[in-house]
Amino acid sequence: MASSSSTATTEREFLAASPYPVVVLGPDGELLHSSRSARLLLEGPATGGVPPWLRRAQQALADGARPDTVRHTHPVAGPVEAHPVPRPDGSTVWWLVVPEGCAGLLPRTAGDGACDWELLTRLSGLLLSSLNVDRILETVVRQAALHLADAAVVVAPGNGRTLRLVTCLRGGDPAHVQQRADPAEVPGLAEALQGFPPVPSRWIDPDATPRWLVPAGFGRVGSVLVTPLPGHGVPAGALVLLRAAGGGPFASEEEVFARLFATRAGAAVSAAVMYSEQAAVTDLLMRELLPPRLEHLDGVDYAGGYRASVDRDRIGGDFYDVHPAADPGGETLALLGDVSGKGLEAAVMTGKVRNTLHALLPLADDHGRVLNLLNRALLTSHHTRFASLVLASVRREDDRVRVRLSAAGHPAPMVLRADGRVTDSTTLGSIVGVLPEATTCTDTVLLDPGEACLLYSDGITEAKGGPTGREQFGDHRLRQALAQCAGLPAEAIVERIQMLAAQWLRDGRHDDMAVMVIAAPPRGHLPVVGERRGHTT
Amino acid sequence: MSTDTPTTPAPPHPRATGTTALSEGAPAPAARAATLASPPAAGTAAPAASGPAPSLPALVPPPSSPPPSVSVLAGRLWEAVIGGDQVRAAALATGALEAGLEPEALLLDVIGGLQARVGREWAADRITVIQEHAATAVNDRVVALVAGHPAFAAAAARQPDRGRIAVACVDGEWHAFPARLLAEVLMLRGWRVDYLGAQCPTPHLIAHLHRTAPDALALSASLSTRLPAAHAAVTAAQAAGVPVIAGGAAFGPDGRHARLLGADAWAPDARAAAERLARGLPLPATPHQPVDDLPHLADQEYTLVSRSSRELVGAVMAALEREHPAVRSYTPLQRAHTLDDLAHIVEHLAVTLYTGDPELFTAFTGWTREILLARGVPDALLAFSLTVLREQLRDLPRSVAVLTAALSTSAGGAA
Repeated sequence: MASSSSTATTEREFLAASPYPVVVLGPDGELLHSSRSARLLLEGPATGGVPPWLRRAQQALADGARPDTVRHTHPVAGPVEAHPVPRPDGSTVWWLVVPEGCAGLLPRTAGDGACDWELLTRLSGLLLSSLNVDRILETVVRQAALHLADAAVVVAPGNGRTLRLVTCLRGGDPAHVQQRADPAEVPGLAEALQGFPPVPSRWIDPDATPRWLVPAGFGRVGSVLVTPLPGHGVPAGALVLLRAAGGGPFASEEEVFARLFATRAGAAVSAAVMYSEQAAVTDLLMRELLPPRLEHLDGVDYAGGYRASVDRDRIGGDFYDVHPAADPGGETLALLGDVSGKGLEAAVMTGKVRNTLHALLPLADDHGRVLNLLNRALLTSHHTRFASLVLASVRREDDRVRVRLSAAGHPAPMVLRADGRVTDSTTLGSIVGVLPEATTCTDTVLLDPGEACLLYSDGITEAKGGPTGREQFGDHRLRQALAQCAGLPAEAIVERIQMLAAQWLRDGRHDDMAVMVIAAPPRGHLPVVGERRGHTT
Repeated sequence: MSTDTPTTPAPPHPRATGTTALSEGAPAPAARAATLASPPAAGTAAPAASGPAPSLPALVPPPSSPPPSVSVLAGRLWEAVIGGDQVRAAALATGALEAGLEPEALLLDVIGGLQARVGREWAADRITVIQEHAATAVNDRVVALVAGHPAFAAAAARQPDRGRIAVACVDGEWHAFPARLLAEVLMLRGWRVDYLGAQCPTPHLIAHLHRTAPDALALSASLSTRLPAAHAAVTAAQAAGVPVIAGGAAFGPDGRHARLLGADAWAPDARAAAERLARGLPLPATPHQPVDDLPHLADQEYTLVSRSSRELVGAVMAALEREHPAVRSYTPLQRAHTLDDLAHIVEHLAVTLYTGDPELFTAFTGWTREILLARGVPDALLAFSLTVLREQLRDLPRSVAVLTAALSTSAGGAA
């Protein structure tokens, strides 16, 4: 019969060697003994090696709860069941069951850093952050060169006979290289670039590695691993890891880690490829629908501003255009309108209306006729949408500017006089796209230098907000705002109206809002020069 | 980016004058941009009377006739701009370029300094809102014109090719002028610049960053009330893998709000921003959540105050009308201005709760008082409003502390 102390020692050794994870906790959750396998499973930042969930379960037992199985999902090992066996001295033996495999199979943490789950999580976070293909490829090679190899290369799917390479030496900055080369020189690379058929990662003979695959400045190659980036239907390329001669071969865990990393990198790259293709298409389509940039034209100042109802969008159901006169001394046609509805569908419709009006430009002398032709076009289209708009034919006559205005179901433009008076133009007409005939009566306004005419959509006057949040901005506030703008340049008037409307709204919802100012330049005027290099938007 | 170094800690709202409703006339934001960026520090904007900035090597061959000194030119240009004489303003600016003034000095020392002066003159009630608006518009046109001048292209061509930078104002920020100047300066220094302009919706900004992957985002905000929006933009840009350099009066005279919101860098003016960008910003580290920067948001006071701002404004207005006969007899316009002012006070309180920097509110109320005094309006109504607000928010300890601090400073300031 052994003494009690030697029993305890035996018990401890027995526990420590248990292939199944087991821990013994004191009544308050302190760690008394644990098997090596349990330490692997439970290791983490938790104090004393006992994770909070297990400590809580132990404390519940000490408080008199019935011993029962506790379930927990471990971030790496998956679901874990903890079976308590209370002991007479108040401590508890917890047997941990990992249904999906024994803890001995769990990856080693830290150490050489090759198979580090925390690292993989961090890298995944970095990969997920961008939707830009180049940026992601840079992240892939930078991180791979830092953690997996001495240098890393991503061969990205390019077009034609050039390959697109992104390379990075350990600790360096990624470089983009265009290379005329045949991917078939590297086993498995051609398939990886096509995204089909699937190929495993593989070792290639360092001496047979083509020179173009090795980043500039990298010495003799010791070993090379080529891992495809799985692209989920989109070819995402391949990751090439290089070690310098004398660095030793890749361990099998490192290969596993590289494959896991490549899986995530491939997913990130393919998402970015799809996003950028979509964004390019959207951009292209949107460009036609964006409101034009307005400027000085034939002695008259134009300025416009637009805010879509959905702030994410840059387009919506309001539109404006300025079409220069075909011949010198002719009338410029400016127009501003509003298609029923909002968002993308309305924006597509504005494109049609704008194109139609553009085609009707030779008839612009006769506003009634233009509106009737547009009316007919809208009636016969399969859309059920209708539109309201204002046509303004503008001509400079000496110092003054003559503006012929025709509204079709649209708020009549306001006119700002040099002395700050604001008057309404008297034009009035029916909306287009509903009735068989469109009628309008035209009003002619003469602007002296420094005077301006404001075209706006009802999104401005119907903007709900103010101190109570329910009041409309309204005609009278717009008129007041405009009256304060006497003498301002056209773009300053637009900016001020937009700003006041935005402040009125605060964060409230709103319809599309468009404003356009046609102004007779004040004396001492400086025409705005055309837009320049480098500016988008 | 602000074009000069703010030396006073005042980050108030442009229209905050509202309290002016108490008087009349609303200040225009365009002016604010500049006012916020108060008097320039030595070496940066305006009155550096000693000609071209020392920070740049001479880019232009020695001219036959020396360029006019910056202060002389600024004085002449001021006359033209304030008189709305665009032709003369343009002639002065292009004339200076052709006489050999460096384009960057023209932009920052002359035009930037001018814009700052516009703001100061407005704050001191020496020019009207409309004059200030018109001056800003003229300035803007002059910038557009000189930026198209061959001297600009020539100066940019002499620079090494650098990367790509996106320059944007925070969502809801209307003061585009400082950002515009920065964009021009960066182009002069060889960067490819995407200038996204004022009032850039954050989703639009982020989509742009994903599409173009610039080396950095330069984010400008003049109004401290835009700090929560700036925070959203900073975190989203960093999450998209783009480092952010912040600038403008909203971020505080020493950039403390830029640090608070986790921006990767801050610059007090356009030159400093260009120099910082030239050194390269490191890629943002692991993405973080906005709330990581501001743990105090857990008390929900920001949410409570900003959600109930309309009710708070209503309650204070009712109390004003109850206790002050003068307010009862306001015209509808005066009443509307007063409501506006109260809304700005609540907005500033909310942003103070967001940042957890009580000085922000104290600075705002102090600035508002100065604006009032410049217009000969007693500030009793301001103190009264703050007291009513404190009573309304008595259950929110941080709000009460902020209002109390503002009230005690206000008593001291008035004395």
